[in-house]
Amino acid sequence: MKNSIRIASGQGFWGDLQTAPLDQVRKGPIDYMMMDFLAEVTMSILQKQKMKDPKLGYAKDLIPLFEEILPDVVNKNITVITNGGGVNPLACRDAIFAVAKKLGINGLKIGVVLGDDILNEIDSFTARGIVFDNMESDAKLASIRSNLISANVYFGAFPIVEALQQGAQIVITGRTTDTGLTLAPMIYEFGWQKNDWDKLAAGTVAGHILECGGQASGGNFSADWKSVPDLAHLGFPIAEARPDGRVVITKHENTGGLVSAATVKEQLLYEIGNPKNYITPDCIADFTSIQLKDLGSNRVEVSGVKGRAATETYKVSMAYFDGYTSFSTLTYAWPDALEKAKKADEILRTRLKDLNLSFDEIRTEYLGFDSCFGPLAKFSGEMNEVVMRIGVRSHDRNSVERFGKEIAPLILTGPPSVTGFAGGRPKPSDVIAYWPSLIPKTAVTPKVIVEEI
Amino acid sequence: MKIRLIEIAHARSGDKGDTGNVGVIARRPEYYSLLAKYLTVERVREHFRGICQGKVERFELPNLGALNFLLHETLGGGGTISLKNDAQGKTLSSVMLRMELEIEETLEL
Repeated sequence: MKNSIRIASGQGFWGDLQTAPLDQVRKGPIDYMMMDFLAEVTMSILQKQKMKDPKLGYAKDLIPLFEEILPDVVNKNITVITNGGGVNPLACRDAIFAVAKKLGINGLKIGVVLGDDILNEIDSFTARGIVFDNMESDAKLASIRSNLISANVYFGAFPIVEALQQGAQIVITGRTTDTGLTLAPMIYEFGWQKNDWDKLAAGTVAGHILECGGQASGGNFSADWKSVPDLAHLGFPIAEARPDGRVVITKHENTGGLVSAATVKEQLLYEIGNPKNYITPDCIADFTSIQLKDLGSNRVEVSGVKGRAATETYKVSMAYFDGYTSFSTLTYAWPDALEKAKKADEILRTRLKDLNLSFDEIRTEYLGFDSCFGPLAKFSGEMNEVVMRIGVRSHDRNSVERFGKEIAPLILTGPPSVTGFAGGRPKPSDVIAYWPSLIPKTAVTPKVIVEEI
Repeated sequence: MKIRLIEIAHARSGDKGDTGNVGVIARRPEYYSLLAKYLTVERVREHFRGICQGKVERFELPNLGALNFLLHETLGGGGTISLKNDAQGKTLSSVMLRMELEIEETLEL
């Protein structure tokens, strides 16, 4: 057994810094690289792409990325784990195999985790008594069933472990938890068992630190952002994991950014609920047990993590169509910038009302004044300029479309000294809403396929 | 004395649906007791009046010198439903840190 492995974070979301995975495989030693691509509604976007073309439905950015990194990955024997397979991990694998062929690489094994996509089985599950109530609002699935676009089970680390055991050097999954991507190599390398709750929790905490990329290594750092060196060349975080569950968070030398107890603490608190109950398919981690030690030189040790038994259910992430939105902005200049913007809003709302349009919500915010602070915004003297941002939402597409025709006329028929209307009339966008629910673990089985080129 | 929260704490915020989460972290270990004492659910609810329409929950992480707040019904419906510029609550941390607190203790800041 190795006494330490280095797991690098290569991507914190789909669209993250494109050079980050290249730097991770090139600027220093790593054993594994994890890349998280899936936000809550990403699966529905991918599902729509797959409906148009059965060869799509995965994070397409992965293909040009593998063209660049595959020689490094093979030569340095790095294992890459990503959930960028979206709703079509097999097509993603085939596209990566095609890249390998083009580059003349043989003997590459790619593992795929399937079985998370349950969209086509929803009705048979409900017939068997699985209700899929919304776990936040308790609403019934029937209220949105006809508008359902995607439904995916969040699998944990163990299907990835199975792929690694079968020799996969690249593992492509669909809806796997972000934390499972980091935990899996620790389970595999150190032989952790399914009931080693403290160790699984330790790996899960490391996964939470890595899953948002640069947010753990100096990006979006509120304590003292001016002190973070060379953000332009921010080094993404790396977890050095040990068999006993202790982990050191660090980054490659000669990269920008900062790893300190403070940067790690900010990421630990990001998007958590009750810190004693951080629930994943693999375990329940207790964030109040985490001990941090700042070792200096961009190294922070994470230890003492306690875990408890996993729950009997998987979380299911569903997405459904829920109407349309449209947004527009106009910029008003001194004098009386805010007063003019507010008058323009009043005029616009009167015109929309006169047209008898139907909206679920109209929201106006004044960027530069109150979009972050709401009613807490303080007016402190003359404003140079303010941006009126107005958004509408409706289930009636015509109303949303008509809203788009009412913005430009405000420039010549409203308050003076206004600009910033470019790019034509705003168009309606689909609202894809999120529906979190649960399914018994016994109802679904992940399927792992490993193939070699 | 009167202080601003940003003088003794830093913070990061994010979203879970329509709920905003704000993690507030003591800048020095000795400041954690001040956070625990003064940054009460009532004080935070009062501060976020008009922004947070639902309940406020507070969780303690003394091991990290931090508190985690959940602000329910805060993000205009959340996700893609929200019409807010900050639909993901990324700047709730700034709103929190701007809070003024009247404290009995004397600090050299």
